[in-house]
Amino acid sequence: MIPVLEVKGLHVDIPLAAGILHAVRDVSFSVQRGRTYCLVGESGCGKSLTALGIMNLLPPTAQRRASRLCLEDQDLTMARERQMSDIRGQKMSMIFQEPMTSLNPCYTIGNQLEEALVRHKKVSHREARERAVFLLDKVGITAATSRLKQYPHQLSGGLRQRMMIAMALMCGPSLIIADEPTTALDVTIQAQILSLLASLQRELDMGMILITHDLGIVARVADRVAVMYCGQVVETGEVTELFENPLHPYTQGLLACIPVPGRTQRGAHLGSIPGLVPTPIGDLTGCTFRNRCHYSFCDCNEKEVGLFEISPGRAYRCLLSHEVCSQNAARSQSK
Amino acid sequence: MSGPILETQEVTKTYMVSAGAFRGKRPLKAVNGVSLKVGRGTVLGLVGESGCGKSTMARLMLDLEDLSSGQILLDGQPISAMRRRDVARNLQVIFQDPYSSLNPRKSVDSIISLPLRVHKIGDRAGWTRQVEEIMDVVGLPRRLRHSFPNQLSGGQRQRVAIARALIMRPKIVICDEPTSSLDVSVQAQILNLLMDLRNEFGLTYILISHDLAVVEHLASRVAVMYLGRIVEEADTEDLFKRPRHPYTQALLTSVLTPDPRLGLPQTHLGVAYPNPIDPPPGCTFHPRCPKATELCQTTAPSPVIESSRLVECHFTETLTEEEP
Amino acid sequence: MTMEAVESTLDRTRTISHLEEVLEPTPGAILRRRIFGHRGFMLGGIVLVLILAMALLAPVLAPHDPYDQELTRRLINPIWHAGGTRTHPLGTDSMGRDYLSRLMYGARISLLIGIAAMLISGIIGSTLGIAAGYFGGKVDMVISFMITVRLAMPVVLVALAVVALIGGSLQVVILVLGFLIWDRFAVVMRSSTQQIRSADYINAARAVGCSTLRILLTEILPNTLNNLIVVATLEMARAILLEAALSFLGLGVQPPLPSWGLMVSEGRDYMLFSPWMITIPGVTLVLLVLSINLLGDGIRDITAPESRG
Repeated sequence: MIPVLEVKGLHVDIPLAAGILHAVRDVSFSVQRGRTYCLVGESGCGKSLTALGIMNLLPPTAQRRASRLCLEDQDLTMARERQMSDIRGQKMSMIFQEPMTSLNPCYTIGNQLEEALVRHKKVSHREARERAVFLLDKVGITAATSRLKQYPHQLSGGLRQRMMIAMALMCGPSLIIADEPTTALDVTIQAQILSLLASLQRELDMGMILITHDLGIVARVADRVAVMYCGQVVETGEVTELFENPLHPYTQGLLACIPVPGRTQRGAHLGSIPGLVPTPIGDLTGCTFRNRCHYSFCDCNEKEVGLFEISPGRAYRCLLSHEVCSQNAARSQSK
Repeated sequence: MSGPILETQEVTKTYMVSAGAFRGKRPLKAVNGVSLKVGRGTVLGLVGESGCGKSTMARLMLDLEDLSSGQILLDGQPISAMRRRDVARNLQVIFQDPYSSLNPRKSVDSIISLPLRVHKIGDRAGWTRQVEEIMDVVGLPRRLRHSFPNQLSGGQRQRVAIARALIMRPKIVICDEPTSSLDVSVQAQILNLLMDLRNEFGLTYILISHDLAVVEHLASRVAVMYLGRIVEEADTEDLFKRPRHPYTQALLTSVLTPDPRLGLPQTHLGVAYPNPIDPPPGCTFHPRCPKATELCQTTAPSPVIESSRLVECHFTETLTEEEP
Repeated sequence: MTMEAVESTLDRTRTISHLEEVLEPTPGAILRRRIFGHRGFMLGGIVLVLILAMALLAPVLAPHDPYDQELTRRLINPIWHAGGTRTHPLGTDSMGRDYLSRLMYGARISLLIGIAAMLISGIIGSTLGIAAGYFGGKVDMVISFMITVRLAMPVVLVALAVVALIGGSLQVVILVLGFLIWDRFAVVMRSSTQQIRSADYINAARAVGCSTLRILLTEILPNTLNNLIVVATLEMARAILLEAALSFLGLGVQPPLPSWGLMVSEGRDYMLFSPWMITIPGVTLVLLVLSINLLGDGIRDITAPESRG
């Protein structure tokens, strides 16, 4: 089956005063129809820039290169800006974190929804309006026809995010990229929005890339996961594999950091990853996680660490053998 | 001295907000009769979602805003009768956003020593020594003393904020979402630090957060707020094992634990989100409550207190306890 | 190294690894780098410094006493015209006074008025603006009303009226301008203060127990300094131009003081025959105001480059 999106060797470099920032380094993954691929990592790991790189919405100074970047069978690396502009919103859409700043406060909701469709397909405004009402209904916004006349500031955060989802679906895209779609929302609304995304994805058979820093969301929503650190993918796998047997020390560290009601011992120290995320500027040698890793040894300083695949779709980026990593995982989880 | 170290009695805070371009001002009850007792050396977790009033409670407790009605007692004395300086010596705060809680034009040394200078504790040499001591305690390298906030990471800035809060050894520290803006790995460091400091200095924390997992880990007692009122309050283990109020149950179900075998939870809450200017009549939670009846639409429930638990719902007796 | 040894050195959740580098330069270093890279700022700064030097060193550099009249040597051409002499490089005016010396002393007048009016209006306007921004409510209402009233007044006409009543002199001009041009200070400081007012570090300072005055001076003012300096430079330019206009109309500085505006006015009658008498002070006025504006623009760019388009 052809994947909806195929990314191979994506690099994004941003020239800064202090040198070149290698924000995204050699990222590869593919997304299937009807499945959710999660990019998880902390701030500065490059996950948002990966999405922007796919969409070609990077800042003007950034340089992108990829050995393969295909949406269904269309090569995105060769697409010019005009073609990209057609593809965005129509074949692939993006949902951002903060709905208030992603929506234009001067135009009504109906206006913005209709524009999304009319821009890409030759339909009349009446048809566009009908589709808008249909989608608003689908995303759970009641009284859809009267909502069309409202302005973004009149809606609550959860409703605005639903509207963003409706807008992303107006043209029936094959791929949705959701960048931290629920971070700005309340906890009770978060579950509803994620359920909505999941059900829409199944119904419309779309591929979805979900970018988040929240491992709880990843566990409940993802089919496949890629953990990113300092611009690189450090571990990939099916979601159950990753959570039950995290191989990379960073993944293990992250999982040990989270307080889980009922599992972590109350009042005891949480696991932590000492130190800070380094900035990948200039020439980089060795493993970028070595300074924070419990298991680092001298080779970690010099050797280029590649992504080691132990089975199709399951890979990690560490010099330690995967048996040792599994042992470490078992130890850290039993603490 | 016995008795709660901090007590709020039927505290209310009403803001007058304009309801539209030409519609004049209407009252918004951000906090609507909140009574809390915080025990010495404990950690009280105050949870709720946006608009519940927990941040307003923090500002009221810090005497940053005037109460519309009610009292706040610090060690038995009303805060309104105390001098600002005396309140500050006993009650300090750590804010959420490490990027806006430090003055960008001041050095770390100047920020941390501010309380000492304002209260004229000790002399200049003493200030330097105390700043260095507290930096050691919170895990900041001494060489950062002359750095500025823009040179520090989020976690380091939060440590500066903690150092500033603790340099006068207050009794109570209000932590307003102390780790919400931080990365997961930094969050763990800061939470561990807060726990250690509490043991070392015998502090009392009021932890305000929307992150239930963090609250469950740190707090000894939890109060759940909804639209300005406390709808449930209990010891942490009790609340998380046997939540009684439907809102608490929904909140706990919504917490996404990193367990890939579970899917997404169904909270049965409905989409309608209340407008705090126009709260629903009767029980303010009834439009979203899966168990609401006619009674809930007309009469506001009063708090039911049994053993050490408080619930504000008409059906506390008859509700089946659901395991989360 | 054994696993336990590694863990015991790394698993110190309190301390931070020594590998953290303070990568970002201090705010002072950032500022210095930006200052020397900004062409407008450097250009404006250099010209202003030259004019300032000319003003300060006038007693030393000026070839003659600017008030020294010599009616036998009236209207001598400047050195580049026929009939020019080296004793009076820019010629003499209608009273036989050396033009170059008057120009140099005139710089003093312009700068003095510019700086003094800027300081007076700055103090008035900033105090009002910060108070309005910080306290809000009724205080803000009253001060905003005052600003609106002041904005409704035509500055030049009011200045003319006052001077016509009291009589013109250097001190009167400074006071009149100082009490009239504070509006921009007030507006800018008010909005700057409002932006900062809700920042957490202000709340933290209040929670620490700082008095209001201390907060205004040590927490708010330093963070509004960027905007304040930009407005100060622009108002200085405005004051200089206003004084020139008033003096031109005869209601500013009185002769024989060598104000550039006055010199333009005096040269009016001889415009067709001796155009340099108008152009020279006009050009120096333009240079001064231009350099101040460049400086102000430069300061704004340097201190807040994110706000650039």
